[in-house]
Amino acid sequence: MEHIELFFKSIFIDNMVFATFLGMCSYLAVSKKVATAVGLGAAVIFVLAVTVPLNWLLDQYILKDGALVWLGPEYADYDLSFLSFIMFIATIATMVQLVEIIVEKFSPSLYNSLGIFLPLIAVNCAILGGSLFMQSREIPSLGLALTYGVGSGIGWFLAILAIAAIREKIRYSSVPPALRGLGITFIITGLMAIGFMSFGGMLTGGDEEAKPAAAPEVVIEKVQEKVEKEVIAKNTKRIQ
Amino acid sequence: MGLLSKRDAALLTDPLADNNPITIQVLGICSALAITAELKASIVMAVSVLFVLGLGNVVISLMRNIIPSKIRIIVQLIVVATLVIIVDLVLKAFAYELSKTLSVFVGLIITNCIIMGRFEAFALGNGPWRAFLDGIGNAVGYGVILIAVGFFRELLGSGTLLGFKVLGDPIEKTGLYAIGYENNGFMLLSPMALIVVGILIWIQRSRNTSLIEEN
Repeated sequence: MEHIELFFKSIFIDNMVFATFLGMCSYLAVSKKVATAVGLGAAVIFVLAVTVPLNWLLDQYILKDGALVWLGPEYADYDLSFLSFIMFIATIATMVQLVEIIVEKFSPSLYNSLGIFLPLIAVNCAILGGSLFMQSREIPSLGLALTYGVGSGIGWFLAILAIAAIREKIRYSSVPPALRGLGITFIITGLMAIGFMSFGGMLTGGDEEAKPAAAPEVVIEKVQEKVEKEVIAKNTKRIQ
Repeated sequence: MGLLSKRDAALLTDPLADNNPITIQVLGICSALAITAELKASIVMAVSVLFVLGLGNVVISLMRNIIPSKIRIIVQLIVVATLVIIVDLVLKAFAYELSKTLSVFVGLIITNCIIMGRFEAFALGNGPWRAFLDGIGNAVGYGVILIAVGFFRELLGSGTLLGFKVLGDPIEKTGLYAIGYENNGFMLLSPMALIVVGILIWIQRSRNTSLIEEN
């Protein structure tokens, strides 16, 4: 059950592109045609599914506070978490190279369709972001880390597929000249993100349960606090 | 500018407008948008990128003759990651609250496409001083957009700038709020960042029509 929940949550509610803006660079650059978008999207799913569980293991057994305890009790106070950026990115870069070599060896046809995108992916924020969010959200088990990786990959895939399809169509409409190309893509993405926000109530059934996500939510909480204060202030005034 | 030759000065000024990394080159948007709900976070992010890009460009440029081209991506990533760890630790030590707000987005400077883009396109082929200028120019160009977006989102979204209530107090109903102005809470939500950047692009391209793309 928690697998299914995390899976849908990472696809829709915490969608990489629309909720956290990860992987925007390649999302904007490679979304001119549906066919290439599908290739890149598939490569992202694949690499996320490999790197997130791998980095989970690294985090759990090497980087976390006290993670080295398996080496012996004298290692219990070591906290290597400041190294996580460098370890994660090194893992990702090597995995991407490795995946590229393996795919080239065993499936030349897959390599031809995915291959050109693989080097691009090492520097895709979505991949590193997947690992960093996995760490900051404290995903409890290896299986869930895999689910999270695949789910966020599929979310990213959906996003790039949707925008590529829209951009193919929009070529036939008359966009104001200054907005053509990049400008209108930004605005469409913004509108799509607004649409994706409506998935927020999908799992909680409309509860106002705070999502453990990035900066925007923090701000929203602040605003809610402010509004509450406002209401209290109003009421106290009235009573007086 | 006595200190800089014309060519060097162009390295600094070009990325500010006509070759802006965000609005023209479409790089580095990933981390740019998520943290612009507050002006303070935008400024900190801009300064962090300035530090990483300026220094990273110099380091890569100094090493450009000894990096084997096959593994250059990994070398570049390691250099950026080291610099970003420094930024992250400094933020955690001196501005803990802010580093919580920025959360993973400090780490994501590593994969900020501007940084890799400048390393690949400039630092690998130029000397350290020019690479430094190029890094500073691009980071400032990035920062300008970030701060502009942060400015509008915080001003319209919560009526404050850097936490100061510039539009009056919404509780006490002073300033603009006295005549019925309300904050647009929607500006604080993430989709508006995209739309604000879209509008900035629109304004820039209407002023300089040579930048308009053919679909």
